[in-house]
Amino acid sequence: MQRVAITEKAAETVRLLQKKHGELIFHQSGGCCDGSSPMIFEKDEMYLDESDVLLGQLENVNFYMNIDQFEYWKHTHLTIDITEGRGSSFSLEIPLGLRFIVISRLLTEDENTFFNSSQKS
Amino acid sequence: MSYSKPQFKEKYHNFINGKFVAPIAGDYFENTSPVDNSLIAKYPRSQKEDVELALDAANAAKDSWGYTAAAERAAMLNKVADIIEENLEEFALVETCDNGKPIRETLNADIPLAVDHWRYFAACIRAEEGSATELDANTLSMNIKEPLGVVGQIIPWNFPLLMLSWKLPPALATGNCVVLKPAEQTPSTATLLMEKIADVFPPGVLNVVHGFGPEAGKPLASSSKVDKVAFTGETTTGQLIMQYASKNLNPVTMELGGKSPNVFFNSVMDEDDAYLDKAIEGAVLFAFNQGEVCTCPSRLLVQEDIYDAFMKRVIERTNAIVQDNPYDTNTMVGAQASNDQYEKIKSYLKIGVEEGAKVLAGGEANVLDGDLANGFYIKPTILEGHNKMRVFQEEIFGPVVCVTKFKDEAEALEIANDTLYGLGAGVWTRDAHQLYQIPRAIKAGRVWVNCYHAYPAHAPFGGYKKSGFGRENHVMMLNYYRQTKNMLISYDKNKLGFF
Repeated sequence: MQRVAITEKAAETVRLLQKKHGELIFHQSGGCCDGSSPMIFEKDEMYLDESDVLLGQLENVNFYMNIDQFEYWKHTHLTIDITEGRGSSFSLEIPLGLRFIVISRLLTEDENTFFNSSQKS
Repeated sequence: MSYSKPQFKEKYHNFINGKFVAPIAGDYFENTSPVDNSLIAKYPRSQKEDVELALDAANAAKDSWGYTAAAERAAMLNKVADIIEENLEEFALVETCDNGKPIRETLNADIPLAVDHWRYFAACIRAEEGSATELDANTLSMNIKEPLGVVGQIIPWNFPLLMLSWKLPPALATGNCVVLKPAEQTPSTATLLMEKIADVFPPGVLNVVHGFGPEAGKPLASSSKVDKVAFTGETTTGQLIMQYASKNLNPVTMELGGKSPNVFFNSVMDEDDAYLDKAIEGAVLFAFNQGEVCTCPSRLLVQEDIYDAFMKRVIERTNAIVQDNPYDTNTMVGAQASNDQYEKIKSYLKIGVEEGAKVLAGGEANVLDGDLANGFYIKPTILEGHNKMRVFQEEIFGPVVCVTKFKDEAEALEIANDTLYGLGAGVWTRDAHQLYQIPRAIKAGRVWVNCYHAYPAHAPFGGYKKSGFGRENHVMMLNYYRQTKNMLISYDKNKLGFF
């Protein structure tokens, strides 16, 4: 069972970025303007610690979210998709004229039991 | 009255060292209008080398600029204000084209306010002064305010010229040189401004570099050639910029958005009068600027005993909003600024309903006629639910408000403060005690009391919690762009006697 998934189109972009930049991570942003969007960076770009929850791995890319934000998101399943667009963050797909976006749905009862009762995150 | 799309050149350049220069690598990106998704013009897709060029120009100019008389700097700021004002309609039209916001707003809010911010800081820098204290009969402590040097500024796309005018005037007034990167979604009014004011400041004092975040924004934010970075945006980029700043031991200011509560107590409905009418409008202000405001009052909290009657009027007022061609002066709500915003908002509408929120108004995209069918329009939307839903916790940055009820003051505060953010809030009541006590208890940097969405230059603005730190606007802003030089002077002719 997975908390996060990725569409084939988004996965293609991830693979393209991996070729160019090497190892990558996703970090889900919150707040203004370009926020509430998944951002992709080179692996060591961002300082991560125990306040960043690892939600899963997509195309060998770890997907993180800040723990405070995770508290409000943990009942939902996330699918990373991609759309045409332009962001002003430092996310690496932006020069391609693309933006990762997150499509959410509620966890099913089984998923919810699995993720939020049997284990903490 | 209706305007039409303004004329643009085929392509534009960076403004570095007082001149318009092409990006070194020769690459450009196409900027489109969210009104109808048509091409506006090409803008430089700058890289690190272009940013370096601008930083070198700024560093070369900083010493002489820092010593310019305050009167001279203030005169230049006033000149910029006059130039924007003289060309108000042109700026408004370009802004509407680039951002999608209705011309009614750009003509009456964005551009006039931008003018006022330049004038405000021109006035501030003339009126304030350093300080001196006689510590004892022979010792004088003098505090001289000195500029930081070179400032990097990264601004967002929701109020392009206004955000530029929040950031540039205090930095320039205090004697700093600036390298500014506009958002790549909305580079047009910054460019238009540079064309109009190219000769106002000495070369190198003000530089504008266009491009994408990872290619131009990051080199600017991480450069050891800047002495400060000011950023408006979201949390992840904010964290990255702070990381870079920590390497350079540089100060930063962060304005990172919010999920602002707008709280209506039952006394608002004690009378059916002008004040109630104002309060209803206050609730509907979530749709202002298509909800693309970091302080969008996106959580509506209404006391339960007036909930039905109050919401009936809020829904009526929301449904009466005119959403149409942004160039038409009757239009109240225009297009979202970009396709990815549009897609993101639609995905939130979906998860909101899935989580059990009830749609009281809107709830879907608005497909307009003709060319506008290619634009990015979302109907002003009211979702009813509870504060633990994701739509209540995340900044949707669209014309979407989430409404819930509260029983009493304690519950109102509990809900209002149950958020990661703390930028803005609204409190509406006729009760004199609530007028003071509730705003004090809300953890947010700006609490509007019986009003909302006013942004005077003379009032400090900034966030608590994950909405950032540091303030913008107000005379206090000057110190965010300065060092204090303390000169400790002895008038004692006698030695200490130690050696």
